[in-house]
Amino acid sequence: MSPQILSLLFDSLLQTLWMVAVSGVLGTVIGTPIGLLLATTGRGELLQCWTFNRIGGVIINATRSTPFIILVVAIIPFTRLITGTSIGTNAAIVPLTVAAAPFIARIVEAAIRAVEPGLIEAAQAMGATPLQIIGRVLLPEALPAIVLGLTLAAVSLVGYSAMVGAVGGGGLGDLGIRYGYQRFLPDVMAAVVIVLILLVQLIQSLGEAIARRVNKRQITR
Amino acid sequence: MIELQQIEKRFSTRTTGDAVRALDGIDLTINAGEIFGIIGRSGAGKSTLLRVINMLERPTAGRVLVDGVDMARLNATDLRAARRHIGMIFQHFNLLSSRTVFANVALPLQLAGTPRAQIGARVAALLDLVGLTALRDRYPAELSGGQKQRVGIARALASGPKVLLCDEATSALDPETTRAILRLLADINAKLGLTIVLITHEMPVIREICHRVAVIEAGRIIEQGTVFDIFTRSESPITRSFIDQVMGRALPEHLQRLLRDQPQDGDQTVLRITFTGNTATDPVISMLSRTLGVDLNILHGQIDYIRDEPFGILVVATRADPSQRTAIEQFLTRNQLGLEVLGYVAANPVIAV
Ligand SMILES: Nc1ncnc2c1ncn2[C@@H]1O[C@H](COP(=O)(O)OP(=O)(O)OP(=O)(O)O)[C@@H](O)[C@H]1O
Ligand SMILES: [Mg+2]
Repeated sequence: MSPQILSLLFDSLLQTLWMVAVSGVLGTVIGTPIGLLLATTGRGELLQCWTFNRIGGVIINATRSTPFIILVVAIIPFTRLITGTSIGTNAAIVPLTVAAAPFIARIVEAAIRAVEPGLIEAAQAMGATPLQIIGRVLLPEALPAIVLGLTLAAVSLVGYSAMVGAVGGGGLGDLGIRYGYQRFLPDVMAAVVIVLILLVQLIQSLGEAIARRVNKRQITR
Repeated sequence: MIELQQIEKRFSTRTTGDAVRALDGIDLTINAGEIFGIIGRSGAGKSTLLRVINMLERPTAGRVLVDGVDMARLNATDLRAARRHIGMIFQHFNLLSSRTVFANVALPLQLAGTPRAQIGARVAALLDLVGLTALRDRYPAELSGGQKQRVGIARALASGPKVLLCDEATSALDPETTRAILRLLADINAKLGLTIVLITHEMPVIREICHRVAVIEAGRIIEQGTVFDIFTRSESPITRSFIDQVMGRALPEHLQRLLRDQPQDGDQTVLRITFTGNTATDPVISMLSRTLGVDLNILHGQIDYIRDEPFGILVVATRADPSQRTAIEQFLTRNQLGLEVLGYVAANPVIAV
């Protein structure tokens, strides 16, 4: 493989990392509070608010059922509004974030709902406010599950980021398509796939390691 | 301290829409400083009753007064403040797995906005009280059941409550640990003058530490009184079935088989004598034989103590004729002992086994 290709590979890796990192962080910042609200506004729950629960659920389902590549195209006006352009790595971050946020919201919702109801009850019996219950009980108790869920989201984002090549997003997927497939350079394709595999492995191991550290249900000292 | 007036709680079930009447007209008064037990079978409404006291469950009718305050009429803020005066411990402990022993006990104080410096001292004192000082930095996953319940107790006491509600607090523990936890609760009751309401389906728990007890069945209180009275005088079949967990009032099976309802020639009469309080220590049997000149053959017996008061049963067989039996009866009544004719057995029944 030529040094030129190697440097291209490295640049693409950086682009992928950048897209995944930024959209992952933004998706978490947006998705977490939505997930928290979804988990606590249902019938008979802490912050009971049926309208939010219903409407939020419908919007999230709609976003999540739209195929990603269609989402990318469909929100081009929105992307342009935010980044001033509809092509390039930074522009690609917008649809990635729009896809990640509802996914992460569902992950957080599931993790919060999995917290034992007895703990909520114990906190209520202590005179905790709903916000205290969320901040001091639900989030810390759900943290290991949330970390694992975010890992899953990051891995999915690596996959999605390969698709934004279609709108000039760059990244490893784009490199693979343009060089490996269109110019028929199988060694480039193989290199892209190997780097992607390593990247996903790394994210998964890192996520699991963090989840283990924050999980006090199984103590490893 | 706690007054429940005509409490009713109905649950509407989601599927059929039928209402389950979990509590059905409960009247109960629990005095300050006492350990009050509520016993009942599974599904009788014990947990619901306990949870009504701190409004985790709102009654559909009736009034709950805790320390004179009508709990149902408090707004959200006042209810939270009132709940800080009511500690609660649970069958499955409900400790936060993400917090150490220390941090679990500190939680109610943090929720109440207690300054950090005070929290440290208060938690240390509580851990000392429940004997967990050495384990303060462990996580719940690293504790035994008994240790977890001690954390639960320390946590419930953190905000300095006047009332402690215990929902099957020892049901997940082995008998020895149960006894240790009950001792701890009794200690706390004596030391801090705390009112304790304890629900259970185990009579040994009631006998071990309760002063008074109520028996609940199908959402109603069917009987209440001092533990001693309930143990010795209750005739309700449900209550008796609980008491039998502790006192083998039922005959051993081999004796039961030998009993017959109608006497045959040469049969002995089988009597059950119950002792309570002071009379339990009197030399009744020897007095009976001496004063009435009857022979008593002891088949089965048990003596037990409820809060240091003795209480026992004795099953005896005698050849006494009807007139002697009347004399025995009069003698026993005079000495405040209970008597029941259980049936008849052939001479030497025990040897037959
Ligand atoms: N949230 C609920 N919805 C519907 N029915 C309920 C609910 N909670 C309790 N019940 C019903 O109320 C009755 C009393 O329940 P409760 O939990 O108070 O019983 P319990 O005496 O504590 O039983 P156990 O010893 O098994 O804990 C039961 O018939 C139960 O099915
Ligand atoms: Mg129960």
